[in-house]
Amino acid sequence: MPIDFHAILPELVLAGTALLVLLVDLFVERAKVVANYLALAGTVAAGVALATLVGQGTRSTFGGSFVVDNYALLFKGLFLGSLLLVLLMSQRYVDAGTSYQGEFYFLVLSSFVGMLLMPSSRDLLMLFLSLEIVSATGFIAAGFRKSDARGNEGALKFLLIGVLSTAVMLFGMSLVYGFTGSLQLGPIAERLAQLGDEPAAVMSVFLVVTGFAFKVSAAPFHFWAPDTYEGSPVPVAAYLSVASKAAGFAGLLQVTFVAFPAYARYWAPAFAFLAAFTMLLGNVIALAQTNIVRLLAYSSVAQAGYMLVPFAVGSAASPGVREEAFQAVLVYLLIYGFTNLGAFAVVTLVSQRQPANLIADYAGLGRRSPALGVAMSVFLFSLAGLPPLAGWYAKFVVFRSAINGDTLTLQALVVFMAVMTVVALFYYAAVVRSLWLGEQPEGAPEPPPARVSPTLGTAIVLAAAGVLVLGILPNLLVQYAPMSTLVASP
Amino acid sequence: MEWFDSSALTLAVFLPLAGVAAVALLPRAYDGLIRGAALAATLLALLVGAAMVARFDYGAGAAMQFEVQRSWIPSVGATYHLGVDGIGLPLLVLSLLLSFLCVVYSWRVLPEPRNPKAFLALLLLLETGMNGTFVALDLVLFFVFWELVLLPMYFLIAVWGGARRDYASIKFILYTLIGSVIMLLGFLALWLRSSPDAAGRTFDILALQELGAAARFGGTFGTVVFAAVALGFAVKVPVWPFHTWLPDAHTEAPTVGSVLLAGILLKMGTYGFVRIALPVLPDAARTWAPVIGVLGAIAIIYGALCCLAQRDVKRLIAFSSVGHMGFVMLGIATLTPIGINAAVFGMVAHGVITGMLFFLAGSMHERYHTRDIVELGGGMATLMPRLAGVFTLACIASLGLPGLAGFWGEILALLAAWNPAPGLSVPLFRALAAVGLLGTLLTAGYFLWLLQRVNLGRVPDRWGGKPLGDIAAIEVAAWSPLVVLIVALGFVPGLVLWMTNPSVTGWFTDLFA
Repeated sequence: MPIDFHAILPELVLAGTALLVLLVDLFVERAKVVANYLALAGTVAAGVALATLVGQGTRSTFGGSFVVDNYALLFKGLFLGSLLLVLLMSQRYVDAGTSYQGEFYFLVLSSFVGMLLMPSSRDLLMLFLSLEIVSATGFIAAGFRKSDARGNEGALKFLLIGVLSTAVMLFGMSLVYGFTGSLQLGPIAERLAQLGDEPAAVMSVFLVVTGFAFKVSAAPFHFWAPDTYEGSPVPVAAYLSVASKAAGFAGLLQVTFVAFPAYARYWAPAFAFLAAFTMLLGNVIALAQTNIVRLLAYSSVAQAGYMLVPFAVGSAASPGVREEAFQAVLVYLLIYGFTNLGAFAVVTLVSQRQPANLIADYAGLGRRSPALGVAMSVFLFSLAGLPPLAGWYAKFVVFRSAINGDTLTLQALVVFMAVMTVVALFYYAAVVRSLWLGEQPEGAPEPPPARVSPTLGTAIVLAAAGVLVLGILPNLLVQYAPMSTLVASP
Repeated sequence: MEWFDSSALTLAVFLPLAGVAAVALLPRAYDGLIRGAALAATLLALLVGAAMVARFDYGAGAAMQFEVQRSWIPSVGATYHLGVDGIGLPLLVLSLLLSFLCVVYSWRVLPEPRNPKAFLALLLLLETGMNGTFVALDLVLFFVFWELVLLPMYFLIAVWGGARRDYASIKFILYTLIGSVIMLLGFLALWLRSSPDAAGRTFDILALQELGAAARFGGTFGTVVFAAVALGFAVKVPVWPFHTWLPDAHTEAPTVGSVLLAGILLKMGTYGFVRIALPVLPDAARTWAPVIGVLGAIAIIYGALCCLAQRDVKRLIAFSSVGHMGFVMLGIATLTPIGINAAVFGMVAHGVITGMLFFLAGSMHERYHTRDIVELGGGMATLMPRLAGVFTLACIASLGLPGLAGFWGEILALLAAWNPAPGLSVPLFRALAAVGLLGTLLTAGYFLWLLQRVNLGRVPDRWGGKPLGDIAAIEVAAWSPLVVLIVALGFVPGLVLWMTNPSVTGWFTDLFA
């Protein structure tokens, strides 16, 4: 069977770029930053390759294990967009911090190759491989600050928990294969439906889900996230909190809604619990943070909780309702991605002068550089979900999908989420307050205004513009979500 | 004028937003241009409003006018649907007018840390949210405008506010947000039940009102959803016991912030009851009406008692708002056309009078550098006779003296409570009317006592040596429209009632008969 090279072109381009970056870095003595430009060029090229796949209908290769449909295209677009922002924010940061630039960009690009593969993976083996490509490179990238004790601790924690959850997932996958005799998602769904309630099969489904729950940092599988984010280079923390989380959600959507719908009545209530617990834990602990990266880490745990809410709708009888829940996750991810990357871009900038990343460092930032202050306020209030910033729409579709499910559990869950949204506003607003009104401690010199490099500035402006425009005209983006569902239409 | 009719509302809502863009793009050094742009934006919006008043068809009853409907977020079924009837129009005009006057007033007085660029941009953004709320006819759009006021008001209080601005601003935004998220869940529940099949569901307020009139949302569902939606509105009004954010926010906000908070933001809550809660959920409204009425009556007495205990002029005015909004809620709770008319009239009158009072409190603070009644020590009539005169007018208007604007809203609300809608307990509402009457006496009491302590008496020595400037030209410009309205609405209540009555009778006569 011939391989459809066009279908895997974006991945090929990106993987080629990763190797090229490594190679070129060997022969460049000074200006190591050229690695960044190469990576950027490769990302744009991959984007072009992706664009040629749009509107071509569904392509499938490797015997149906690798599928390029609208769903995959949407996610790949999100990943390449995130990669672009991450590269833009890495340039000055990495150039100033290390001489291992080729290695750094090789790791980041490889990780994104794994992400691009994820939404196209339609069998368990491919899913496992993509997840491992994302994770294994992530483990190393997280420990990139080799001489930093926190960096080492974070990376080690990430590795140990990551390996453990992978092992659990792999065990689950082998059981699923044993029960169904297939690795492809479609056939698995059919055989599980015929199999009926087999307790061991249900358990194996839960084992698989656990692996992904780790990746999206759902509580109680979250506790690597704050330490790892804090220890990582800030751009790595940004992509762990956005792109790698999105990859986890892509995988989760595929296994739950496509492979295991037969057991939805078991996993949907579990997700309701998982969502509530994740929201509660993320939000409450975020209240106590003094480090901005840890705050964003716990906030991203809480955000994962909101995104898990639509999974609890997975057991709804009507395909229309399930479809809407599916889309709600997509929309939330897209909007969250823009917003959180923007926030991390600002953090990257500030950490160049104040590497401790304390929230106290942000006191008065809005007075020193108003544009930066406005941008950070926009990102934080969008994460909080206040109109007219894009975050409101993300929360709205999640609320709507859960109300649509129309069960008592879901109603209780949305009320809980509503309360959690208010709790979250408290810590987001506290940072914003400090941006504009905070004072430097007595005697401390007012730090000089941050110099914004053109690349980083571009990243921030792109993200802020996205948040503002999508908040007022969400349709520009969300019109693609209905085309991208994997749930069988009614 | 086809063109005007279809774009007037869009202009009225988004001209201030264009002003935000202009103010944001102008460099900080061009101070005059920035202020000019803000003034022009609010003035143009006000002129659009005036033209709408002129072209409004007063005979057309309940029908929405200047309606515009476009696609907005088709994937969730939300549309860009705007329109006004006789209930929305006076409130829209009030919002346009007060915003304009606030920009005028800010020409002279800008609290620390000044920064007119940011201040005016936030003020204009606030205006967009307020205007939009009164004309949105789609629940999602309504929600977005409703929430749009949060951020600018938060910053106005947090940056330009008084000593306890930190506490007041975060309390304001958290309180309001918890109310409005629960309200949003109520909206979503209405959407879910608006049609059994997914394709027919709607967020359109007019469509939901028709369904409501056809008793689609009855039973426990209606009762629960009414509670959710009403909670959002009640926090904003604020109805006792959800009022505790109000005294703090009003006291700490800068003068124009207080003016808009009291003048417009509170009305968004009561408007929500009239536009959404009552017509969409009439059965549940009948169930909840006694509760709302009782809470309204408690607010009247509670507000008045708190006023008697205040030393800070601004805080006193803030608590007086709790009482006045209690009258509005009592009017709404009667579910009668008279009560709703009284409520809308009360909203407009309170916006004009209390807006004026907060302006005055701000100007007094600016001159005395204190708002403490004891420290002021009396004698303002000698010190600044014209300021004292306007203050007297605003106070006696606020206490409900016949012939001034405050009278009609209260008397009509009490009249309506005497004869509530069929099905409501007559003895209960008559008791509430009696309580309200007692409240008017207390209100008169604390306002007269306030006047006595501030205006009359000998000038304390600490002010004697220093000349305090009487009303400045800018203040004359900012206040005279309000003074004219206070008197005009008192003598000719029809100015508002001619607008509201056809719409009110159109909506409510059959609904609760």
